[in-house]
Amino acid sequence: MTQPTDRRSVTPLTAVRLVALRELNTRLRTRGFVAGTLLILAVLVGYLALQASLFSDADRTTVGLTGQAAAIAEPLEQGARQLDEDIRTQRVPDVEAGREQVRAGELDVLVSGSPANLRALVKTELDPQVRALLSGISQQEVLDAKLIEAGLDPAEVMSEVNSVRVQVSTLETPDPERGQRLVVALVMLGLLYMSITTYGSLVAQGIVEEKASRVVEILLSTVRPWHLLLGKVIGLGLVGLVQLAVLGVSGLVMATSTGVLTISGVATQTLLWGLLWYLLGFFLYATVFAGAGSLVSRQEDMQAVLTPVTIVLLVGFLAGFAVIQEPEGTAAVVLSMIPFLAPILMPGRIAAGAAGWLEIALSLALTVAAIAVLTWLGARVYRAAVLRTGSRIRLRDALRG
Amino acid sequence: MPQRTLEIDSVSKRFGDVVALDSVSFDVRPGELFGFVGSNGAGKTTAMRIVLGVVSADAGEVRFDGRPVTHEIRTRIGYMPEERGLYPKMKVLDQLVYLAQLHGMPPNEAHRNAETWIGRLGLTDRRADEVQKLSLGNQQRVQLAAALVHDPAVLVLDEPFSGLDPIAVDVMSDVLREQAASGVPVIFSSHQLELVERLCDRVGIIRSGRIVACDSVAELTSSAASQLVVSAPAAPPGWAAALPGVRVVSESGGSTVLELAPDADDQSVLAAALATGPVHEFTRRKASLSELFRTAVAEGAIR
Ligand SMILES: Nc1ncnc2c1ncn2[C@@H]1O[C@H](COP(=O)(O)OP(=O)(O)O)[C@@H](O)[C@H]1O
Ligand SMILES: [Mg+2]
Repeated sequence: MTQPTDRRSVTPLTAVRLVALRELNTRLRTRGFVAGTLLILAVLVGYLALQASLFSDADRTTVGLTGQAAAIAEPLEQGARQLDEDIRTQRVPDVEAGREQVRAGELDVLVSGSPANLRALVKTELDPQVRALLSGISQQEVLDAKLIEAGLDPAEVMSEVNSVRVQVSTLETPDPERGQRLVVALVMLGLLYMSITTYGSLVAQGIVEEKASRVVEILLSTVRPWHLLLGKVIGLGLVGLVQLAVLGVSGLVMATSTGVLTISGVATQTLLWGLLWYLLGFFLYATVFAGAGSLVSRQEDMQAVLTPVTIVLLVGFLAGFAVIQEPEGTAAVVLSMIPFLAPILMPGRIAAGAAGWLEIALSLALTVAAIAVLTWLGARVYRAAVLRTGSRIRLRDALRG
Repeated sequence: MPQRTLEIDSVSKRFGDVVALDSVSFDVRPGELFGFVGSNGAGKTTAMRIVLGVVSADAGEVRFDGRPVTHEIRTRIGYMPEERGLYPKMKVLDQLVYLAQLHGMPPNEAHRNAETWIGRLGLTDRRADEVQKLSLGNQQRVQLAAALVHDPAVLVLDEPFSGLDPIAVDVMSDVLREQAASGVPVIFSSHQLELVERLCDRVGIIRSGRIVACDSVAELTSSAASQLVVSAPAAPPGWAAALPGVRVVSESGGSTVLELAPDADDQSVLAAALATGPVHEFTRRKASLSELFRTAVAEGAIR
C-alpha cells in the first residue's frame, strides 16, 4: 500500500476534468439547484400566463345591447371587423341589469336608446374606437332617413360612397409576430442576465470558499492554478447551461402547447442563440468574477469586490429593456457590440429579428476577443492572489504578480 | 546520494525585506524520519511550501531521486500544510477519493485507498459525514489521510502533531514510523522536541532562515556540552565556579548542576567536590534535544 507507484501523473486534461466533475456533482445534486430551477420555472410560467391573458383579453370590448339598440349588433360587429377591433356584443334584458354588469366589469359598454339616438354607459371612459363606431351607426341611421326623405335609395348611395377608398402602399411588410418576438426576447434577456450573474457569482464564491477553508494549498500542491480555475469555470458553466436549457425547453414547450406562442420556430432559434450567448457571456465574466473573488479570503468581504462586476451586468440588463423596445435603433446596435453587454443584448435583438448577420458576426468576434483578454487577466490575478490569505489584496498588487 | 532522496539545495527566499530562507541545504533520505525544528518564523513552513511548489524559491533547487522536482513529481508528495484545510461541505470519503484522483490515482485504486485509510484511522462511522460536522480530532485524522491516500513517494508534514490529543499523537507517530520503514523519506516540523528526539533519525535545526545543525540526535547531543549533577551537602556556595571548563547552571540545597565543555575533565570536578566533604550523587547527563535547541537558537551555531 505504501509502495509508491512509479510512473503516474495527472495530465492537464485529467486535472481540469476532475475539478469540473466535482463542481458538477456538488452543485447539480444539491436541493438548492432543484428548488431554484423550479422557482424560476414557476416565475416563467406566471409571466407566460400573464402574457397569454393579455394577448387574448386586453383588446376585447364587450358591448351590452338593450331595447331597440339590439338592432345595431350586426353593423357594430361588421364595423369592428373593418377596424380590426375585437368587439363582442350580447343582449341585456334591461338598462338596470346592464348597469350592474358594467359596474361589475362584465360589460365594457352598455348601449341603449334607438339606433338614431344611442346612449352608451361605461364605467370610466369610452374607448375612442367604439365611440366612433357607435357614432357612425347613429349618423348612418340619420343619413338613411334623410336620403329617403330626398327620394334617394340609401343602399345605392352607400354602395357608391363605400366604393371610394384611399390607395395605400407600404414600404415594409408588417410583422404580425412582433408582439410574440418581444415576449421571447424579454424572457431570454431575463434568463441570460440571471444565469450569468448567478453562475459567475458562484465561481467567485467557490474560490473564496477554497481560500477561506485553506483547502486551496493542498489543491495547488498537485494541481496548477490555471487548471484549477479552468476546471471550476467549466464545471459551473455547465451547471448553468443545464439549468438554462431545462428552463428554456420547458418554457418553450409550455408556451407552445398553451398557444401563447405560435412562433415556435423563432423561439427555438432564440433559445439556441441564447445558449450560445450564455456560454460566451459566462466565460467572459467567469474569470473576472474569479479574479475578483481571489482577492478576498472571507465570504463577508466578497460582496464588496463583486459589486462592480454585477453592476455592469445590471446595466446591461436594464439597457436590454430599451434595446428590445427599439431593437433596430442606433443605440441598440452600438450597445449590442460592446463585449460586456453583447451576451445579454444580442440574443434579444436576434429574437426581435433586428440583427443582421454581419452585426451578429462582428459582436461574436468582439466578444470572443474580449474573452481571451479577460481570461488572461483574470487568471493572472487569480494565480497571484489565490494563496495570499488574510486581508483583502489590492487589484494593482495582484496584477503586478 | 542514495536513490529516492529528497534534497534541498541552497534554497533562498525573501519576502520583501524579510529573508525567510538563506541558502538552506539538507536532505531527507529514504526510510528516514527527519525532524525539522526551529522557533516561530524560522522558515520551516516556507521551506516546505517551496518543496511543494506552492511558493517559488528565489534561488536554489529541490531534487528528488537526483532530478529537479517538477510538477509531475510533486503529485507524488504527500503534504499536510500548516494551515489545515479541507472542503468543509464535502463528505469524508468523497473528499479523500477526490484528492487521491487529483494526485493521479485511478478511480478504483483511489476508492480502495480512501477506504483503507478511513478504516485505519478509525473514521469508518464518519465516512459519509461532511468534514465540517466532525470533531476537531477527527478532522485532523482526515487531514492525515488526505496526505497519505495517494501512496506518496515523499511525505512532507508541517506541524503534524500540533493540536493532537495523546492518542492521536500515538497514531500519528505509528503511521510516520511505518511510512518511513517502507522506504519513504518523511520530513515533519514540530515544536515538541521530546517527540522529535524520540521519533527522528535525524534532525535539522533552522534559525532565522539558516540551518544551524543537521545530524542524528545522538551525534548532535554527544558533541554538545554535557551536564554534571553533583550533590555535596557540605560544599560552600560557589565551590565550583573557578574550575576550568565548567559553568554553574544552578546551585541549591547542596545540589549543583554544572555544564562541562566537551574537553573539560570530570574527574577534577569530582576531586574538587570530595575536597568539600561527602558526595552523595555524581551524575553525568547528556544534553537533551531541548537543551541543545535552546543553545542553538540562542547562540546561532553549535558546530
Ligand atoms: N507569504 C508571506 N509573505 C511575507 N512574509 C512571509 C510570508 N510567509 C512567511 N513569511 C515570513 O517568512 C518568515 C518565515 O516564516 P515561516 O516559514 O512561516 O516560519 P515557520 O514556519 O518556521 O514558523 C517569517 O518571518 C514570516 O513572517
Ligand atoms: Mg510554520
